[in-house]
Amino acid sequence: MSTDVDLLIVGAGPAGMAAAVTARSRGLTVLLLDENAGPGGQVHRGIEHRAAKDEQDADGAKLAAALRSSAVETRFRATLWAVEPGGKVFWSEEGAARSAVAGRILLCTGATERPLPIPGWTLPGVMTVGAAQIALKTAGLKPQGDVWIAGQGPLLWLYAKQAVEAGGRLAGIVDLSHGIPPAALRHLPRALMAPGYLLKGLAWQRRVKRAGVRVIHAEEIRAEGEGRLARIVVDGTEHAADLLLLHDGVVPNTQITRAIPGCAHDWDAVQACWKPRLDAWGNTTAEGVMVAGDGGGIGGARAAAHAGRLAALEAARALGRMTEDQRNAEAGTERLALNRQLAARPFLDALFPPRPVTAIPDETIICRCEEVTAGKVREAVTLGCLGSNQTKAFTRTGMGPCQGRVCGPVVHAVIAAARGVDPAQVDPFRTRFPTKPLTLGELAALAE
Amino acid sequence: MFQRSDPPDITITWDGRELPARSGESLATALLAAGVLSFRETPVSGAARGPLCLMGACFDCLVEVEGQQNVQACMTPVHPGLRAAPQHGVRDLPEVEAA
Repeated sequence: MSTDVDLLIVGAGPAGMAAAVTARSRGLTVLLLDENAGPGGQVHRGIEHRAAKDEQDADGAKLAAALRSSAVETRFRATLWAVEPGGKVFWSEEGAARSAVAGRILLCTGATERPLPIPGWTLPGVMTVGAAQIALKTAGLKPQGDVWIAGQGPLLWLYAKQAVEAGGRLAGIVDLSHGIPPAALRHLPRALMAPGYLLKGLAWQRRVKRAGVRVIHAEEIRAEGEGRLARIVVDGTEHAADLLLLHDGVVPNTQITRAIPGCAHDWDAVQACWKPRLDAWGNTTAEGVMVAGDGGGIGGARAAAHAGRLAALEAARALGRMTEDQRNAEAGTERLALNRQLAARPFLDALFPPRPVTAIPDETIICRCEEVTAGKVREAVTLGCLGSNQTKAFTRTGMGPCQGRVCGPVVHAVIAAARGVDPAQVDPFRTRFPTKPLTLGELAALAE
Repeated sequence: MFQRSDPPDITITWDGRELPARSGESLATALLAAGVLSFRETPVSGAARGPLCLMGACFDCLVEVEGQQNVQACMTPVHPGLRAAPQHGVRDLPEVEAA
Protein backbone atom coordinates (compact mmCIF):
# COMPACT_ATOMS: atom_id res chain seq x y z
CA MET A 1 0.00 0.00 0.00
CA SER A 2 1.42 3.42 -0.86
CA THR A 3 1.37 5.91 1.97
CA ASP A 4 0.01 9.47 2.18
CA VAL A 5 2.24 10.45 5.06
CA ASP A 6 5.29 9.01 6.86
CA LEU A 7 4.09 9.50 10.42
CA LEU A 8 0.54 10.11 11.60
CA ILE A 9 0.31 11.31 15.19
CA VAL A 10 -2.89 11.35 17.24
CA GLY A 11 -2.96 13.90 20.05
CA ALA A 12 -1.25 17.30 20.23
CA GLY A 13 -0.30 17.20 23.91
CA PRO A 14 3.34 17.30 25.03
CA ALA A 15 4.17 13.84 23.58
CA GLY A 16 2.50 14.50 20.22
CA MET A 17 3.91 18.02 19.77
CA ALA A 18 7.48 16.96 20.68
CA ALA A 19 7.29 13.86 18.47
CA ALA A 20 5.90 15.81 15.50
CA VAL A 21 8.65 18.45 15.58
CA THR A 22 11.43 15.87 16.02
CA ALA A 23 10.12 13.62 13.23
CA ARG A 24 9.71 16.55 10.83
CA SER A 25 13.26 17.76 11.57
CA ARG A 26 14.52 14.30 10.54
CA GLY A 27 12.80 14.65 7.16
CA LEU A 28 9.59 12.71 7.79
CA THR A 29 6.27 14.06 6.55
CA VAL A 30 4.00 14.35 9.58
CA LEU A 31 0.23 14.66 9.99
CA LEU A 32 -0.95 15.54 13.51
CA LEU A 33 -4.61 15.11 14.47
CA ASP A 34 -6.28 16.43 17.62
CA GLU A 35 -9.87 16.72 18.81
CA ASN A 36 -9.37 20.12 20.36
CA ALA A 37 -9.22 23.59 18.81
CA GLY A 38 -5.45 23.96 19.17
CA PRO A 39 -2.28 22.30 20.46
CA GLY A 40 -1.58 21.61 24.13
CA GLY A 41 -3.51 18.49 25.11
CA GLN A 42 -5.19 18.61 28.51
CA VAL A 43 -2.11 19.62 30.49
CA HIS A 44 -1.31 22.62 28.27
CA ARG A 45 -4.92 23.24 27.27
CA GLY A 46 -5.51 26.56 25.51
CA ILE A 47 -1.80 27.41 25.89
CA GLU A 48 -1.74 29.69 22.83
CA HIS A 49 -4.48 31.88 24.27
CA ARG A 50 -3.33 32.53 27.83
CA ALA A 51 -0.26 33.97 29.53
CA ALA A 52 2.25 31.43 30.86
CA LYS A 53 1.95 31.49 34.66
CA ASP A 54 4.37 28.75 35.69
CA GLU A 55 7.04 26.33 34.43
CA GLN A 56 4.43 23.93 33.10
CA ASP A 57 2.82 26.67 31.00
CA ALA A 58 6.26 27.76 29.75
CA ASP A 59 7.02 24.16 28.66
CA GLY A 60 3.72 24.00 26.80
CA ALA A 61 4.10 27.37 25.11
CA LYS A 62 7.57 26.37 23.89
CA LEU A 63 6.34 23.07 22.47
CA ALA A 64 3.37 24.73 20.76
CA ALA A 65 5.54 27.47 19.24
CA ALA A 66 7.99 24.88 17.88
CA LEU A 67 5.08 22.96 16.37
CA ARG A 68 3.62 26.07 14.72
CA SER A 69 6.96 27.05 13.18
CA SER A 70 7.55 23.53 11.83
CA ALA A 71 6.24 22.12 8.57
CA VAL A 72 4.07 19.59 10.40
CA GLU A 73 0.56 19.39 8.94
CA THR A 74 -1.93 19.86 11.77
CA ARG A 75 -5.65 19.10 11.79
CA PHE A 76 -7.55 20.32 14.84
CA ARG A 77 -11.15 19.43 15.76
CA ALA A 78 -10.34 16.12 14.08
CA THR A 79 -11.55 13.01 15.92
CA LEU A 80 -9.94 9.68 15.09
CA TRP A 81 -12.35 6.77 15.08
CA ALA A 82 -10.53 3.83 13.46
CA VAL A 83 -7.07 2.40 12.80
CA GLU A 84 -6.83 -0.47 10.33
CA PRO A 85 -3.92 -2.91 9.92
CA GLY A 86 -1.57 -1.55 7.24
CA GLY A 87 -1.62 1.97 8.60
CA LYS A 88 -4.98 3.24 7.34
CA VAL A 89 -6.51 5.73 9.74
CA PHE A 90 -10.01 7.24 9.74
CA TRP A 91 -11.13 10.43 11.45
CA SER A 92 -13.97 12.96 11.32
CA GLU A 93 -13.49 16.64 10.73
CA GLU A 94 -16.11 19.35 10.17
CA GLY A 95 -18.87 16.77 9.90
CA ALA A 96 -17.10 14.63 7.29
CA ALA A 97 -15.05 11.43 7.56
CA ARG A 98 -11.50 11.43 6.18
CA SER A 99 -8.81 8.78 5.85
CA ALA A 100 -5.08 8.54 5.22
CA VAL A 101 -2.50 5.77 5.00
CA ALA A 102 0.55 6.30 7.21
CA GLY A 103 3.96 4.60 7.32
CA ARG A 104 3.88 4.66 11.13
CA ILE A 105 1.15 5.63 13.58
CA LEU A 106 2.01 7.24 16.92
CA LEU A 107 -0.80 7.43 19.47
CA CYS A 108 -0.35 10.17 22.07
CA THR A 109 -3.80 10.02 23.60
CA GLY A 110 -2.81 10.96 27.14
CA ALA A 111 -4.78 10.21 30.26
CA THR A 112 -8.29 10.40 31.61
CA GLU A 113 -9.26 10.89 35.24
CA ARG A 114 -9.90 7.76 37.26
CA PRO A 115 -13.55 8.08 38.24
CA LEU A 116 -14.40 8.54 41.92
CA PRO A 117 -17.95 7.22 42.22
CA ILE A 118 -19.77 8.38 45.35
CA PRO A 119 -23.50 8.33 46.08
CA GLY A 120 -25.09 11.27 44.25
CA TRP A 121 -22.20 11.95 41.83
CA THR A 122 -24.59 11.96 38.85
CA LEU A 123 -26.29 15.15 40.15
CA PRO A 124 -25.71 18.27 38.04
CA GLY A 125 -23.09 20.27 39.94
CA VAL A 126 -20.77 17.31 40.51
CA MET A 127 -17.83 17.39 38.10
CA THR A 128 -14.19 16.33 38.08
CA VAL A 129 -11.24 18.43 39.17
CA GLY A 130 -9.85 18.04 35.64
CA ALA A 131 -13.06 19.54 34.23
CA ALA A 132 -12.80 22.57 36.51
CA GLN A 133 -9.18 22.99 35.47
CA ILE A 134 -10.19 22.94 31.78
CA ALA A 135 -12.89 25.55 32.56
CA LEU A 136 -10.22 27.71 34.21
CA LYS A 137 -7.64 27.29 31.42
CA THR A 138 -9.96 27.66 28.44
CA ALA A 139 -12.66 30.06 29.68
CA GLY A 140 -11.19 31.71 32.77
CA LEU A 141 -13.95 30.25 34.97
CA LYS A 142 -12.95 30.33 38.64
CA PRO A 143 -14.77 28.70 41.55
CA GLN A 144 -16.96 30.97 43.64
CA GLY A 145 -19.42 30.17 46.43
CA ASP A 146 -19.92 26.77 48.03
CA VAL A 147 -17.39 24.92 45.90
CA TRP A 148 -15.85 21.76 47.39
CA ILE A 149 -13.06 19.53 46.14
CA ALA A 150 -12.89 15.89 47.22
CA GLY A 151 -10.49 13.03 46.61
CA GLN A 152 -6.73 12.80 46.38
CA GLY A 153 -3.70 13.15 44.13
CA PRO A 154 -1.32 15.82 42.81
CA LEU A 155 -3.80 17.32 40.30
CA LEU A 156 -6.25 18.08 43.11
CA TRP A 157 -3.68 20.30 44.87
CA LEU A 158 -2.44 21.83 41.63
CA TYR A 159 -5.97 22.88 40.64
CA ALA A 160 -6.71 24.22 44.14
CA LYS A 161 -3.54 26.31 43.95
CA GLN A 162 -4.35 27.57 40.45
CA ALA A 163 -7.92 28.40 41.51
CA VAL A 164 -6.94 30.47 44.55
CA GLU A 165 -4.20 32.24 42.59
CA ALA A 166 -6.77 33.15 39.92
CA GLY A 167 -8.88 34.77 42.64
CA GLY A 168 -11.28 31.85 43.04
CA ARG A 169 -12.78 30.80 46.36
CA LEU A 170 -13.13 27.27 47.68
CA ALA A 171 -15.38 26.27 50.57
CA GLY A 172 -13.05 23.40 51.40
CA ILE A 173 -11.11 20.29 50.41
CA VAL A 174 -12.20 16.84 51.53
CA ASP A 175 -8.95 14.85 51.57
CA LEU A 176 -9.71 11.15 51.10
CA SER A 177 -6.02 10.08 51.08
CA HIS A 178 -4.50 8.04 53.87
CA GLY A 179 -1.22 9.75 54.72
CA ILE A 180 2.06 8.19 53.64
CA PRO A 181 1.66 4.41 53.26
CA PRO A 182 4.72 2.47 54.52
CA ALA A 183 5.11 0.96 51.05
CA ALA A 184 5.80 4.44 49.66
CA LEU A 185 8.82 5.07 51.85
CA ARG A 186 11.10 2.61 50.09
CA HIS A 187 10.64 4.64 46.87
CA LEU A 188 11.53 7.91 48.60
CA PRO A 189 15.34 7.79 48.05
CA ARG A 190 14.88 7.43 44.28
CA ALA A 191 12.25 10.16 44.27
CA LEU A 192 14.74 12.49 45.92
CA MET A 193 16.86 12.22 42.75
CA ALA A 194 14.21 14.46 41.21
CA PRO A 195 13.12 16.50 44.24
CA GLY A 196 11.32 19.11 42.11
CA TYR A 197 8.08 17.14 42.02
CA LEU A 198 7.90 16.58 45.75
CA LEU A 199 8.79 20.14 46.68
CA LYS A 200 6.25 21.49 44.22
CA GLY A 201 3.51 19.29 45.68
CA LEU A 202 4.25 20.50 49.20
CA ALA A 203 4.35 24.12 48.02
CA TRP A 204 0.90 23.75 46.37
CA GLN A 205 -0.56 22.42 49.64
CA ARG A 206 0.98 25.26 51.64
CA ARG A 207 -0.32 27.87 49.18
CA VAL A 208 -3.86 26.51 49.37
CA LYS A 209 -3.87 26.31 53.16
CA ARG A 210 -2.41 29.84 53.42
CA ALA A 211 -5.37 31.09 51.35
CA GLY A 212 -7.57 29.93 54.22
CA VAL A 213 -9.06 26.91 52.46
CA ARG A 214 -10.39 24.44 54.98
CA VAL A 215 -9.06 20.86 54.66
CA ILE A 216 -11.09 17.99 56.12
CA HIS A 217 -9.61 14.49 56.28
CA ALA A 218 -12.46 12.07 55.79
CA GLU A 219 -13.39 8.49 54.91
CA GLU A 220 -16.82 8.95 53.33
CA ILE A 221 -18.56 11.54 51.24
CA ARG A 222 -21.91 11.68 49.48
CA ALA A 223 -23.60 14.27 47.29
CA GLU A 224 -27.26 15.15 47.80
CA GLY A 225 -29.88 17.39 46.24
CA GLU A 226 -33.06 17.35 44.18
CA GLY A 227 -32.30 17.73 40.48
CA ARG A 228 -28.98 19.39 41.32
CA LEU A 229 -26.31 19.34 44.02
CA ALA A 230 -27.40 21.11 47.23
CA ARG A 231 -25.14 19.65 49.93
CA ILE A 232 -22.42 17.15 50.66
CA VAL A 233 -22.34 14.84 53.64
CA VAL A 234 -18.80 14.24 54.91
CA ASP A 235 -18.48 11.48 57.52
CA GLY A 236 -22.04 12.26 58.62
CA THR A 237 -21.70 16.08 58.70
CA GLU A 238 -23.67 18.18 56.17
CA HIS A 239 -22.17 21.12 54.29
CA ALA A 240 -23.96 23.37 51.78
CA ALA A 241 -22.52 22.82 48.28
CA ASP A 242 -23.36 24.10 44.81
CA LEU A 243 -20.34 22.54 43.10
CA LEU A 244 -18.35 19.41 44.00
CA LEU A 245 -15.16 18.53 42.14
CA LEU A 246 -13.94 14.93 42.42
CA HIS A 247 -10.48 13.50 41.71
CA ASP A 248 -8.73 10.16 42.23
CA GLY A 249 -5.67 10.37 39.97
CA VAL A 250 -5.38 9.65 36.26
CA VAL A 251 -5.12 6.51 34.12
CA PRO A 252 -3.83 5.95 30.56
CA ASN A 253 -6.42 6.52 27.84
CA THR A 254 -6.28 3.15 26.06
CA GLN A 255 -9.58 3.42 24.20
CA ILE A 256 -7.85 3.27 20.79
CA THR A 257 -5.01 0.83 21.55
CA ARG A 258 -7.43 -1.72 23.04
CA ALA A 259 -9.41 -1.72 19.78
CA ILE A 260 -6.35 -2.54 17.64
CA PRO A 261 -6.00 -6.26 16.87
CA GLY A 262 -2.74 -7.71 18.20
CA CYS A 263 -1.99 -4.76 20.49
CA ALA A 264 -1.23 -6.39 23.85
CA HIS A 265 -1.97 -4.69 27.18
CA ASP A 266 -0.69 -5.50 30.65
CA TRP A 267 -2.06 -4.77 34.11
CA ASP A 268 0.12 -2.34 36.03
CA ALA A 269 -0.36 -3.28 39.68
CA VAL A 270 1.42 -0.17 40.97
CA GLN A 271 -0.57 2.40 38.96
CA ALA A 272 -3.66 0.12 39.08
CA CYS A 273 -4.43 0.44 35.39
CA TRP A 274 -4.12 -1.32 32.03
CA LYS A 275 -1.49 -0.06 29.65
CA PRO A 276 -0.26 -1.09 26.20
CA ARG A 277 2.85 -3.31 26.16
CA LEU A 278 5.67 -1.10 24.81
CA ASP A 279 9.35 -1.59 24.07
CA ALA A 280 11.90 1.06 25.09
CA TRP A 281 11.04 3.11 21.97
CA GLY A 282 7.27 3.08 22.26
CA ASN A 283 6.54 0.29 19.76
CA THR A 284 3.38 -1.66 20.63
CA THR A 285 2.97 -5.34 19.70
CA ALA A 286 0.92 -4.26 16.65
CA GLU A 287 3.10 -3.66 13.58
CA GLY A 288 3.62 0.01 12.81
CA VAL A 289 1.68 1.30 15.82
CA MET A 290 3.50 3.24 18.55
CA VAL A 291 2.49 4.97 21.79
CA ALA A 292 4.16 7.84 23.67
CA GLY A 293 3.18 9.80 26.78
CA ASP A 294 0.63 9.09 29.48
CA GLY A 295 -1.37 6.83 27.13
CA GLY A 296 1.40 4.27 27.66
CA GLY A 297 1.61 4.67 31.45
CA ILE A 298 1.38 7.75 33.66
CA GLY A 299 4.64 9.72 33.72
CA GLY A 300 3.57 13.36 33.48
CA ALA A 301 3.99 16.08 30.85
CA ARG A 302 7.78 16.35 30.78
CA ALA A 303 8.27 12.58 30.58
CA ALA A 304 5.71 12.55 27.75
CA ALA A 305 7.70 15.04 25.66
CA HIS A 306 10.90 12.98 26.03
CA ALA A 307 9.04 9.76 25.17
CA GLY A 308 7.55 11.51 22.13
CA ARG A 309 11.00 12.46 20.82
CA LEU A 310 12.32 8.92 21.36
CA ALA A 311 9.35 7.51 19.45
CA ALA A 312 9.96 9.98 16.60
CA LEU A 313 13.59 8.86 16.29
CA GLU A 314 12.49 5.23 16.23
CA ALA A 315 9.90 6.04 13.54
CA ALA A 316 12.68 7.64 11.47
CA ARG A 317 14.77 4.49 11.88
CA ALA A 318 11.87 2.18 11.02
CA LEU A 319 11.22 4.19 7.84
CA GLY A 320 14.90 3.99 6.83
CA ARG A 321 15.70 7.70 7.44
CA MET A 322 18.43 6.94 9.97
CA THR A 323 20.48 3.95 11.01
CA GLU A 324 20.10 2.20 14.32
CA ASP A 325 23.43 3.70 15.45
CA GLN A 326 22.30 7.23 14.54
CA ARG A 327 19.04 6.72 16.41
CA ASN A 328 20.82 5.43 19.50
CA ALA A 329 23.32 8.27 19.46
CA GLU A 330 20.60 10.91 19.21
CA ALA A 331 18.44 9.21 21.83
CA GLY A 332 21.04 9.29 24.61
CA THR A 333 20.24 12.62 26.21
CA GLU A 334 16.47 12.18 25.76
CA ARG A 335 16.59 8.83 27.55
CA LEU A 336 18.59 10.24 30.45
CA ALA A 337 16.10 13.09 30.79
CA LEU A 338 13.17 10.67 30.60
CA ASN A 339 14.59 8.46 33.35
CA ARG A 340 15.13 11.49 35.54
CA GLN A 341 11.51 12.58 35.05
CA LEU A 342 10.29 9.11 35.98
CA ALA A 343 12.42 8.89 39.16
CA ALA A 344 9.74 10.33 41.46
CA ARG A 345 6.93 8.31 39.89
CA PRO A 346 7.09 5.10 42.01
CA PHE A 347 6.90 7.23 45.18
CA LEU A 348 3.95 9.25 43.88
CA ASP A 349 2.18 6.08 42.72
CA ALA A 350 2.65 4.47 46.14
CA LEU A 351 1.61 7.69 47.89
CA PHE A 352 -1.77 7.92 46.16
CA PRO A 353 -3.13 4.39 45.64
CA PRO A 354 -6.66 4.60 44.18
CA ARG A 355 -9.47 4.67 46.70
CA PRO A 356 -10.47 1.01 47.37
CA VAL A 357 -13.64 0.08 45.49
CA THR A 358 -14.87 -1.77 48.57
CA ALA A 359 -15.63 1.76 49.85
CA ILE A 360 -18.26 2.22 47.08
CA PRO A 361 -21.74 1.62 48.56
CA ASP A 362 -24.02 -0.76 46.60
CA GLU A 363 -26.52 1.99 45.71
CA THR A 364 -23.84 4.10 43.94
CA ILE A 365 -24.17 4.38 40.17
CA ILE A 366 -20.86 3.37 38.57
CA CYS A 367 -21.91 3.30 34.88
CA ARG A 368 -23.32 6.81 34.45
CA CYS A 369 -24.64 6.28 30.90
CA GLU A 370 -26.72 3.18 31.62
CA GLU A 371 -27.25 4.08 35.30
CA VAL A 372 -25.92 0.77 36.66
CA THR A 373 -25.05 0.61 40.35
CA ALA A 374 -22.07 -1.06 42.04
CA GLY A 375 -24.58 -3.39 43.68
CA LYS A 376 -25.87 -4.56 40.27
CA VAL A 377 -22.33 -5.36 39.10
CA ARG A 378 -21.60 -7.23 42.36
CA GLU A 379 -24.83 -9.15 41.93
CA ALA A 380 -23.75 -10.12 38.39
CA VAL A 381 -20.52 -11.51 39.89
CA THR A 382 -22.49 -13.67 42.33
CA LEU A 383 -24.44 -14.96 39.31
CA GLY A 384 -21.15 -16.14 37.81
CA CYS A 385 -19.97 -13.14 35.82
CA LEU A 386 -16.15 -13.23 35.62
CA GLY A 387 -15.08 -10.16 33.64
CA SER A 388 -15.97 -6.71 32.35
CA ASN A 389 -17.28 -7.88 28.98
CA GLN A 390 -19.66 -10.38 30.54
CA THR A 391 -21.14 -7.65 32.77
CA LYS A 392 -22.23 -5.84 29.63
CA ALA A 393 -24.61 -8.68 28.82
CA PHE A 394 -25.72 -8.98 32.45
CA THR A 395 -26.22 -5.30 33.28
CA ARG A 396 -25.58 -3.09 30.19
CA THR A 397 -22.72 -1.42 32.06
CA GLY A 398 -20.24 0.18 29.64
CA MET A 399 -22.70 0.09 26.74
CA GLY A 400 -23.73 3.76 26.69
CA PRO A 401 -22.37 6.62 24.58
CA CYS A 402 -19.12 6.99 26.58
CA GLN A 403 -18.25 3.43 25.51
CA GLY A 404 -16.86 2.56 28.93
CA ARG A 405 -14.41 5.48 29.04
CA VAL A 406 -15.60 6.62 32.45
CA CYS A 407 -16.83 3.46 34.16
CA GLY A 408 -14.20 1.04 32.74
CA PRO A 409 -11.61 1.25 35.53
CA VAL A 410 -14.27 1.09 38.26
CA VAL A 411 -16.29 -1.79 36.77
CA HIS A 412 -13.04 -3.73 36.39
CA ALA A 413 -11.96 -3.05 39.98
CA VAL A 414 -15.41 -3.82 41.44
CA ILE A 415 -15.47 -7.20 39.66
CA ALA A 416 -11.93 -8.08 40.83
CA ALA A 417 -12.76 -7.14 44.43
CA ALA A 418 -16.09 -9.00 44.37
CA ARG A 419 -14.39 -12.11 43.00
CA GLY A 420 -11.47 -11.70 45.38
CA VAL A 421 -8.89 -12.13 42.59
CA ASP A 422 -5.89 -10.24 41.26
CA PRO A 423 -7.21 -7.49 38.91
CA ALA A 424 -4.77 -8.81 36.25
CA GLN A 425 -7.05 -11.86 35.94
CA VAL A 426 -10.14 -9.79 35.10
CA ASP A 427 -10.54 -8.66 31.49
CA PRO A 428 -11.06 -4.93 30.81
CA PHE A 429 -13.79 -3.75 28.42
CA ARG A 430 -12.98 -4.62 24.82
CA THR A 431 -13.22 -1.50 22.72
CA ARG A 432 -14.19 -1.47 19.06
CA PHE A 433 -13.95 0.94 16.18
CA PRO A 434 -15.53 3.40 15.75
CA THR A 435 -14.15 4.48 19.12
CA LYS A 436 -16.18 7.70 19.00
CA PRO A 437 -19.79 8.00 17.83
CA LEU A 438 -20.01 8.60 14.11
CA THR A 439 -23.02 9.64 12.06
CA LEU A 440 -23.95 8.04 8.75
CA GLY A 441 -23.75 11.51 7.22
CA GLU A 442 -20.09 11.81 8.28
CA LEU A 443 -19.34 8.32 7.00
CA ALA A 444 -20.97 9.04 3.64
CA ALA A 445 -18.33 11.70 2.97
CA LEU A 446 -15.78 8.89 2.42
CA ALA A 447 -17.62 7.93 -0.77
CA GLU A 448 -17.26 11.41 -2.28
CA MET B 1 -20.54 27.91 41.16
CA PHE B 2 -18.24 29.50 38.61
CA GLN B 3 -17.39 33.14 38.01
CA ARG B 4 -15.83 34.60 34.87
CA SER B 5 -12.39 36.26 34.92
CA ASP B 6 -13.07 38.04 31.62
CA PRO B 7 -16.30 39.71 30.49
CA PRO B 8 -18.56 37.96 27.94
CA ASP B 9 -18.55 39.45 24.43
CA ILE B 10 -21.25 37.55 22.52
CA THR B 11 -24.78 36.25 23.02
CA ILE B 12 -26.09 32.74 22.47
CA THR B 13 -29.56 31.25 22.89
CA TRP B 14 -30.21 28.40 25.35
CA ASP B 15 -33.70 26.91 25.48
CA GLY B 16 -35.15 30.10 23.98
CA ARG B 17 -33.35 32.37 26.49
CA GLU B 18 -30.43 34.67 25.66
CA LEU B 19 -27.20 33.99 27.56
CA PRO B 20 -23.86 35.81 27.51
CA ALA B 21 -20.82 33.89 26.28
CA ARG B 22 -17.20 34.57 25.41
CA SER B 23 -15.67 33.94 21.98
CA GLY B 24 -13.34 30.98 21.91
CA GLU B 25 -14.98 29.10 24.77
CA SER B 26 -17.11 25.97 24.56
CA LEU B 27 -20.88 25.84 24.85
CA ALA B 28 -20.42 23.87 28.09
CA THR B 29 -18.36 26.57 29.81
CA ALA B 30 -20.75 29.28 28.56
CA LEU B 31 -23.65 27.43 30.20
CA LEU B 32 -21.74 26.79 33.43
CA ALA B 33 -20.72 30.46 33.65
CA ALA B 34 -24.40 31.42 33.26
CA GLY B 35 -25.30 29.14 36.17
CA VAL B 36 -26.79 26.35 34.03
CA LEU B 37 -25.73 23.05 35.62
CA SER B 38 -28.33 20.69 34.14
CA PHE B 39 -27.87 20.12 30.40
CA ARG B 40 -30.24 17.23 29.72
CA GLU B 41 -32.40 14.43 31.09
CA THR B 42 -31.06 10.90 30.79
CA PRO B 43 -32.69 8.33 28.47
CA VAL B 44 -32.68 5.65 31.20
CA SER B 45 -34.37 7.29 34.23
CA GLY B 46 -35.07 10.85 33.05
CA ALA B 47 -32.77 12.24 35.75
CA ALA B 48 -31.23 15.69 35.28
CA ARG B 49 -27.58 15.52 34.21
CA GLY B 50 -24.77 18.00 33.60
CA PRO B 51 -21.19 17.73 32.38
CA LEU B 52 -18.62 15.65 34.26
CA CYS B 53 -15.27 15.78 32.40
CA LEU B 54 -15.35 18.72 29.91
CA MET B 55 -12.83 16.83 27.73
CA GLY B 56 -15.05 14.85 25.42
CA ALA B 57 -14.87 11.56 27.30
CA CYS B 58 -18.01 11.26 29.45
CA PHE B 59 -20.80 12.20 26.99
CA ASP B 60 -22.79 13.57 29.92
CA CYS B 61 -23.06 17.06 28.37
CA LEU B 62 -25.15 15.98 25.33
CA VAL B 63 -27.40 18.79 24.09
CA GLU B 64 -29.22 19.91 20.95
CA VAL B 65 -27.26 22.40 18.80
CA GLU B 66 -28.89 24.11 15.79
CA GLY B 67 -31.47 21.31 15.73
CA GLN B 68 -28.92 18.48 15.85
CA GLN B 69 -29.21 16.20 18.86
CA ASN B 70 -26.57 14.25 20.84
CA VAL B 71 -23.95 16.99 20.47
CA GLN B 72 -21.23 17.24 23.13
CA ALA B 73 -21.48 20.77 24.57
CA CYS B 74 -17.85 20.63 25.78
CA MET B 75 -16.55 20.04 22.24
CA THR B 76 -18.74 22.71 20.61
CA PRO B 77 -17.24 26.20 20.27
CA VAL B 78 -19.70 29.09 20.74
CA HIS B 79 -20.36 31.71 18.07
CA PRO B 80 -22.68 34.73 18.13
CA GLY B 81 -26.31 33.66 17.84
CA LEU B 82 -25.63 29.94 18.46
CA ARG B 83 -28.90 28.20 19.28
CA ALA B 84 -28.84 25.28 21.71
CA ALA B 85 -31.30 23.49 23.93
CA PRO B 86 -31.35 20.74 26.54
CA GLN B 87 -31.73 17.21 25.27
CA HIS B 88 -34.71 15.39 26.72
CA GLY B 89 -33.96 11.69 26.96
CA VAL B 90 -33.03 9.64 23.93
CA ARG B 91 -32.40 11.19 20.51
CA ASP B 92 -35.50 11.40 18.27
CA LEU B 93 -35.38 9.26 15.17
CA PRO B 94 -36.17 11.22 12.00
CA GLU B 95 -39.54 10.44 10.55
CA VAL B 96 -39.36 8.44 7.35
CA GLU B 97 -41.74 9.54 4.65
CA ALA B 98 -43.75 6.82 2.97
CA ALA B 99 -42.61 6.23 -0.59
